[in-house]
Amino acid sequence: MNSRIFETFLKLKKNNRKGFIPFITAGDPTIGMSLDIIKSLPKVGADLIEIGMPFSDPMADGKIIQASSLRALKEGITIEKILEMISKFRQENATTPIVLMGYFNPIYNFGIDKFLSYCKESGVDGLIIVDLPYEHDSELCIPARKSGLDFIRLIAPTTTDERMPLLLNQSSGFVYCISLSGITGSKEAQIKVVNDTIHRIRKSSDLPIAVGFGIKTPQQASEMLLSADATVIGSIIVEKINEIYSSDKEDNKKLKLINDFINTFSNEIHKQVRN
Amino acid sequence: MSDLKKPNSFKNFPDEHGNFGKYGGRFVAETLMPLLIEVNRAWESAQKSKKFKHELNYFLDHFVGRPSPLYLAERMTEYLNGAKIYFKRDELNHTGAHKINNCIGQILLAKEMGKTRIIAETGAGQHGVATATVAARFGMDCIIYMGHTDIDRQKSNVFRMELLGAKIIPVYSGTGTLKDAMNEALRDWVSNVDDTFYIIGTAAGPHPYPEMVREFQSVIGKETREQILNLENKLPDTLIACVGGGSNAIGLFHPFLDDENVDLIGVEAGGKGLKTKYHASSLNGGRPGILHGNRTYLLQDDDGQISDAHSISAGLDYPGIGPEHSWLHDIGRVKYVSINDNEALDAFQMCSRIEGIIPALEPSHALAYLSKLAPKLNKDHIIIMNMCGRGDKDIFTVAEKIKEKNS
Repeated sequence: MNSRIFETFLKLKKNNRKGFIPFITAGDPTIGMSLDIIKSLPKVGADLIEIGMPFSDPMADGKIIQASSLRALKEGITIEKILEMISKFRQENATTPIVLMGYFNPIYNFGIDKFLSYCKESGVDGLIIVDLPYEHDSELCIPARKSGLDFIRLIAPTTTDERMPLLLNQSSGFVYCISLSGITGSKEAQIKVVNDTIHRIRKSSDLPIAVGFGIKTPQQASEMLLSADATVIGSIIVEKINEIYSSDKEDNKKLKLINDFINTFSNEIHKQVRN
Repeated sequence: MSDLKKPNSFKNFPDEHGNFGKYGGRFVAETLMPLLIEVNRAWESAQKSKKFKHELNYFLDHFVGRPSPLYLAERMTEYLNGAKIYFKRDELNHTGAHKINNCIGQILLAKEMGKTRIIAETGAGQHGVATATVAARFGMDCIIYMGHTDIDRQKSNVFRMELLGAKIIPVYSGTGTLKDAMNEALRDWVSNVDDTFYIIGTAAGPHPYPEMVREFQSVIGKETREQILNLENKLPDTLIACVGGGSNAIGLFHPFLDDENVDLIGVEAGGKGLKTKYHASSLNGGRPGILHGNRTYLLQDDDGQISDAHSISAGLDYPGIGPEHSWLHDIGRVKYVSINDNEALDAFQMCSRIEGIIPALEPSHALAYLSKLAPKLNKDHIIIMNMCGRGDKDIFTVAEKIKEKNS
């Protein structure tokens, strides 16, 4: 059976469309609210959903995702609760792929086998682990792929041509192209850098490519999509969620405001056609 | 592996992937991987380069002031009335601690690599001061990340770094301590890969840092070995050093790892006690995990989130430890013990009065263990303790604690 991620990109291609991948931090602003947001994401145009698993020391993340991770941890988020959320999402949605992004320590601590089997049961489709380069593939990447999960690799502008095929060798689902040498939500994505990296990735892989880090406006997103297949929008959404949630608006209006904001990205992204 | 090395040597680690048994490795974001490979390449060629060795030795002799004396602590020996006690006087180095041994080595490497911007993390400020010092000496820009809570408790070191021309960036993320300063330095490095060299201060982090820092700090153990053989015509029976990240301890221990009759003791900071949450004993109170690029023992909660460390000594206040120590702990080659804040405080005062040396709070932990151990041993038993830093930076902290205790 083909993976949900594979099917999703296949369908996008057939429909001549580009993909929108919103990122949110699990458990931020509250566990209940983040489940509501996740449930509404496919309705506002998400083709895939990336869910951040909070870690106390997120080395590759900028201030926005650092702060949201700490808020979520204060709310009591754990791996078990994240996977429960995903099970609940799956009761309503059987098609939109879910990718978990995080750091290795909480998973290592939870137990690799237990984590992978819980992921499968709850309906997770893929993993992006920031601090596991291919040199450590035997720890999680290979077991994850054996259990039928996609392992999505981050490719940086600094990745050398020599490393590229080695990195892509064990990756599946799609390739995550980091738009800049930096952390999430900090500098602005550079289209020239992105085009160069994508060009180099395509020499070694046929997998679809999503671009992420530093994409702050719908216009920037569509610019990235001239060469990429999908784009990840993270920090700016996480920041907006916090802003709306902390406002004195009524609770039932907050979700709508969040959805409206996310819609501005998906509308723009879905205007893009493949060339 | 060369035939000359003993097949069972403890000194053949890490392997080419940076592993000490199951510890170590290179757990970093892809953006940094090519950079670490570049650092490793430069490090490997530096080790083979006569010019590099020559330059390193020059600066160790003339700028740092090496070799540091191996000093017979006669009054301490008499007072404790047991083993014969020596101090390795690394507090006499330029900048007042062992940290500069490593900083000199790494900045020479940075220079070889054509880097112009130096970053570092610091807790107590000793590594920050040493880094700012070598950056000034070599005319490089220097950015020091320091947790905002540490900035408040180490004001004199902050001023020293500023005098030396470094820019101090206060870190408010996370809990605003050493671990967060290290996160922030790594984020800086990811964002400035072209011109920047990260001088890590302890024998931890992604490969090749644990090995590199150990090698630069091993000058302590190599000198000690030569000095004690000259003085006593035999090897010591016991070596004692404090461990936070563990750079001074591994520097002292490493040249003795294969001398099975030499007992090695690492002293962790026990804070308010191992039964409380307020300590910094990763080996005695933590479990293996992954942080800051390596697998090692860490203080963490049930969900694998990193806990805050606590110690009276800012330099030991780190929730992890170098991976080689984790391995040496597991295989039992080094014994790791724990000393709490009050015991260290007592040892700090005792050493000042008895020996005329004001120790830093870090080696005061080693001193405290020494003062428990030495009375139980014979007069021909030789103990060497690494006096890895001087206590000037700590006098205000200590004054406050003594006041608290007496009130």
